[in-house]
Amino acid sequence: MWDYSEKVMDHYRNPRNVGKIDDADAVGSAGSLTCGDQLKIYLKIKDGIVTDAKFQTFGCGSAVASSSILTEMIIGKPIDEVRKITNKDIADQLEGLPPEKMHCSVMGYEALEDALKDWGNDNEYQDLEDLREENEKKEKIVCTCFGITENIIWDAIKQNGLTTVEEVTNYTKAGGACGKCKGIIKDIIETYYHKEKEEKKKELSPAQRILKINSIIENQISPELQKDGGDITLVDIDGNKVFVKLRGKCSGCKNSTLTLKSFVEMTLKDAISKDIEVVEVN
Amino acid sequence: MDKKLIYLDNNATTKVDERVLEVMLPYFKNEYANPSSMYEFAKNPGHALKEARGKLKDFFNAANEKEIIFTSCGSESANMAIRGVLNMNKNKKHIITTKVEHPCVLNLYQTLEKQGYSVDYIGVNSNGELDLAQLDDAINDDTALVSVMYANNETGVIYPIQKISEIIKNKNPQTKFFVDAVQVAGKIPIDVQELGVDLLGVSGHKFHAPKGVGALYCNSKTVITPLIIGGHQERGKRAGTENVPYIVGLGKAAELAQDYLKYEATEVKRLRDKLEAGILKNIYNARLNTGAAIRVPNTTNIGFEYIEGELILLHLSDLGICASSGSACTSGSLEPSHVLRAMNVPFTAIHGSIRFSLSKFTTEDEIDYVNSVLPDIIEKIRNISPYQDELAKLKKLKNNY
Repeated sequence: MWDYSEKVMDHYRNPRNVGKIDDADAVGSAGSLTCGDQLKIYLKIKDGIVTDAKFQTFGCGSAVASSSILTEMIIGKPIDEVRKITNKDIADQLEGLPPEKMHCSVMGYEALEDALKDWGNDNEYQDLEDLREENEKKEKIVCTCFGITENIIWDAIKQNGLTTVEEVTNYTKAGGACGKCKGIIKDIIETYYHKEKEEKKKELSPAQRILKINSIIENQISPELQKDGGDITLVDIDGNKVFVKLRGKCSGCKNSTLTLKSFVEMTLKDAISKDIEVVEVN
Repeated sequence: MDKKLIYLDNNATTKVDERVLEVMLPYFKNEYANPSSMYEFAKNPGHALKEARGKLKDFFNAANEKEIIFTSCGSESANMAIRGVLNMNKNKKHIITTKVEHPCVLNLYQTLEKQGYSVDYIGVNSNGELDLAQLDDAINDDTALVSVMYANNETGVIYPIQKISEIIKNKNPQTKFFVDAVQVAGKIPIDVQELGVDLLGVSGHKFHAPKGVGALYCNSKTVITPLIIGGHQERGKRAGTENVPYIVGLGKAAELAQDYLKYEATEVKRLRDKLEAGILKNIYNARLNTGAAIRVPNTTNIGFEYIEGELILLHLSDLGICASSGSACTSGSLEPSHVLRAMNVPFTAIHGSIRFSLSKFTTEDEIDYVNSVLPDIIEKIRNISPYQDELAKLKKLKNNY
């Protein structure tokens, strides 16, 4: 039996805000009958505030609990705040879900996102062509068994810090049936973290960059050189050029150029930017 | 909350019969000798082992006690039979089984496929009955083994083993036939000679013996290699000191099961039919997944359309009622039951399919109680469902009918 929290049990036993709103201002859905769970969410929105929310769910205990608590989380909240809700927030409010059931919280997030996608941002896309392209990208199906799109997988990785295919399956169901898309999921995970790394590198301000280079030299590079009786100190930084001084046994060692290029420079390139060049000063 | 326990999941496991436990206890407390030892103290356990073997021989109506091998469970019985036969016939690389076998057999065949075997999986119709013509066609000179379960664990549908046996013997007399009889032991009579099978496996905990003991029937004409190699036990077919208390328990359970066969066929069946009729009469979105197929007397599999099985089980559990579901959510595998999918149970019903499996301990009061509370549970869950229009149509259909 699943190890459900008291909160989850309370919500599937006594679901809040069940039903349909006939004159809803926004309606969203996620999942399907074939896949074994489907959620519909109905919202009344007035002056930018969610005044009422109701749900109908076909699904297991945790799917009903996720839908039920989601309606409680959003009623009375401004749309801007509601938009920030992630699947992790839903799971946290439920005092956690078993890993294999995280996809239920993701379904809540998807239904909410679906309801709000056309709400209040009519002018975001100037060009119809852009809109079409954007949608196509979002709708690209990765897992054909459960109809899971790349976008859903991307969001789940981002919101929950997922790093393995198994985790992605637990959170989105993708790859949980025939398993043919597991390779693509792996690629998506790799692409995500590669992109995240690149973005992090770009984001550094000049001061942050100097501090980071200094910290890597002190905490990663120097201890390694000390093991061989040598050491290194940072002298100056000019753009992508990092001036260092080798000490101890490293100073005058005939392999010092190798150490400098293949170890010191590569470490900095990996962490900061591939344009980094390390120069030795005497 | 009601503290009662109504156990209707006897195809998963059963309660150990008090009489079984009783005969086991002395072999924990006093008679702990190794039956292979050469002193007076070891005589009693040795005799007990022999007696239990005799009881299993009678239970299967085997020709000879030597045809009984004690194992640890149903999965071991199946693995020993399948691997044992294939290892003795290394030149033959073809196997036939069904799409609805228990995972312990299916997963083994998938492993064997990776090792170069070709496996034909015979399908079933919408009632869960086997396609015998397909099976007949599949048998060829290279077929080393056919393996078919006696009854399906999820639906209770019984397969015509004797008929299959004849088909095999006509097509290729060299082909060995293994039957996974885990779900019929204690429910219907087993007669290996009449059935004409070569190997047949059972598991004790499905008929009121404890978990951790099983048996394999292997007829004298069939030679198999052991899975566990070591001592001389079980005539070299299964090494390891005999699990005397559990084997004694298995023997007693087999003896009791024999005595209860008539009760199963009449009283357990009557209660199962009462439960089934009550559900189908009172709940408009319920369908019997097996139609008119012949079943073991204790099992019913019902699909509740447009609602999901785990939620039904959770609400039943709150009232102390234990059942099981073929829904994806309960398995953790994300996919609904392979058996119900092979039967093409409609997607509207597959996720809401519930199996109730009774036993000799099930009472009329328990069945009446389930019939009295289930309609409210189903209605509560229906009210949450997004398929209100479809449910309204079903309701109208049922009322007109």
